Amino acid sequence: MKIAVCVKHVPEGTSRIDPGTKRLDRAGEGALNHFDANAVEEALRLKGDSDTEVVAVSLGPQKALDSLRKALAMGADRAVLVSDDAAAGSDLVATSRLLAAALAKEEPDLVLFGQQASDADGAVLWAAVAERLGRPVVSQAMELSVDGGTVHVKRQTEHGYDTIEAPLPAVVAVSDAINEPRYPSLKGIMGAKKKPQDVLSLADLGVDAGDAGEAGSRTTVLALGDPPARADSQKIEDDGNAAQAIVDFLAEKRLI
Amino acid sequence: MATTAKKTEIDPLDYLAVDALLSDEERAIRDTVRQFVTEKVKPYVGEWFERGELPLELIPELASLGLFGMHLEGYGLPEASSVMYGLVCQELEAGDAGIRSLVSVQGSLSMYAIWKWGSEEQKQRWLPAMHAGEKIGCFGLTEPDAGSDPGAMRTTAKRDGSDWILNGAKMWITNGSIADVAVVWARTEDGAINGFLVEKDMPGFEAPLMHHKMSLRASITSELVLKDVHVPEENRFPEISTLRGPLSCLNEARFGIVFGVVGSARTCLETALDYAKERIVFGKPIAGYQLTQQKLAEMALEVNRGALVALHLGRMKDEGTLRPEHVSMGKMGNVRGALDVARTARSILGGNGITLEYPVIRHMNNLETVLTYEGTHEVHTLSVGKALTGENAFR
Repeated sequence: MKIAVCVKHVPEGTSRIDPGTKRLDRAGEGALNHFDANAVEEALRLKGDSDTEVVAVSLGPQKALDSLRKALAMGADRAVLVSDDAAAGSDLVATSRLLAAALAKEEPDLVLFGQQASDADGAVLWAAVAERLGRPVVSQAMELSVDGGTVHVKRQTEHGYDTIEAPLPAVVAVSDAINEPRYPSLKGIMGAKKKPQDVLSLADLGVDAGDAGEAGSRTTVLALGDPPARADSQKIEDDGNAAQAIVDFLAEKRLI
Repeated sequence: MATTAKKTEIDPLDYLAVDALLSDEERAIRDTVRQFVTEKVKPYVGEWFERGELPLELIPELASLGLFGMHLEGYGLPEASSVMYGLVCQELEAGDAGIRSLVSVQGSLSMYAIWKWGSEEQKQRWLPAMHAGEKIGCFGLTEPDAGSDPGAMRTTAKRDGSDWILNGAKMWITNGSIADVAVVWARTEDGAINGFLVEKDMPGFEAPLMHHKMSLRASITSELVLKDVHVPEENRFPEISTLRGPLSCLNEARFGIVFGVVGSARTCLETALDYAKERIVFGKPIAGYQLTQQKLAEMALEVNRGALVALHLGRMKDEGTLRPEHVSMGKMGNVRGALDVARTARSILGGNGITLEYPVIRHMNNLETVLTYEGTHEVHTLSVGKALTGENAFR
């Protein structure tokens, strides 16, 4: 079996949006999106001692290799980075196109995603990629197993769990509660740089520059601004009756 | 010379940008251990310290990170560089010197002794199991009446046919009570110093815990008591018969300390800096007062100077140019610097500085041990003095 895990290199610490480009500032230190660590862990757990190959796939600047190496240090076998100046500024539509192209080359049986990226918090990329690949998709996987040509998923919902089966090849986005990612071992870290790491350009994927980056995006950030102050807020000064005032307010709103 | 390099902003916790001197791989190892310590050690270690415990569940976790004997080669060991080993010590001690001591004693004293001086059979038997954390080692050199002068040791090894009978006592032995194997140094009848692998179930061998410590409380410290312990010849290190044996091992371990204490000091600086920015006195944060700023600036200086010295010595060790006298200067300066940082941090935290709610007094008390063990500050001073003058002032 072959499992591809899509991972993202996200800025460390507090995210900052560059007011000039209106893009997330990716110049500083970055790290593996922690939600994706759950997907890497799940792939490694499914692999166990078998000859399953785990490939970590990412789209990003050259520095994203750091996060791919973290996945390799944890135990992934190989890394693929799609990196091209023309891909900078890709929105979800363009990103899903590029990732789908990279995944189509790999032809994995199972594609795993983390539930969301901690920088942009989109939480839809896995759906867009599955759509482009024409594969079934299951999100919020709490438990995952593969049995022959079928993936079995216990899916977390607001009201309980769905038990879902899907034929392989399939795309699964795992919940951050599915597992506790392992720490990379010293030998894993030291061995990571010797594992294959391919960097692919748009040309390698056969994608036109016009279908990537801002040119290939369907959304445009027009302006950035602070959230407006709440005009309808009400301040209760405690003159001894604050508790009653709060109760009255909640009762009026039919919240209690 | 004109340069286009961009000046980065000052990082209060890496003022001199020492980080930039590390390779990606070194940073990755450092970051992994830092994350482990942040998640698995720091939230709990105050409690362990108060109760005087070292949770043994940590051992398999440290083993799965691959840290035991990480800088040794062969026998399935990781063969990491000295700098990598040092950075690991630094991050572990940023949590607690007791946890760093556990790893130091397992890897740099016990495993190193076997790796350096053991027979092939001894290495095969112990090194892989000790790397995996399945077997724990300790190292017995210091005695109740022989510390800085190990040549005064009274533990004896007498021939019994082809085997040996050991008698004596060792003291201040980290990991002693949980050890499966103790590297015990003893004097033979002809005056030689020999190393023996004493196994925990050998009759006459006991390793009682030492109590009433006010320092390194999240660490196991023991006595080793040997009463007519029968040790087979195959458990003796075959080649070494002088003090060079144990001293070579100590040199490995104190190298780790040069890095380790930078971790302690960094945690103290970090804590004091956060505290000083939030603690309001006379209407403004104490960070805004000159007396506090002087303290913080001196602390940052020591942390950064220590980090640079440690890294420099690490690079020398990897190049093969490091001498014990270099390590002496590193240990001397870095431990003293870290202790100053910890004491100053304690004063910035005021009353809060004496509680285990904050890491500072724990590090401060731990550093009192670190100042003394693996060669006292005084002995290292004399080692540097001798290297400077050519005069031996030890005796």
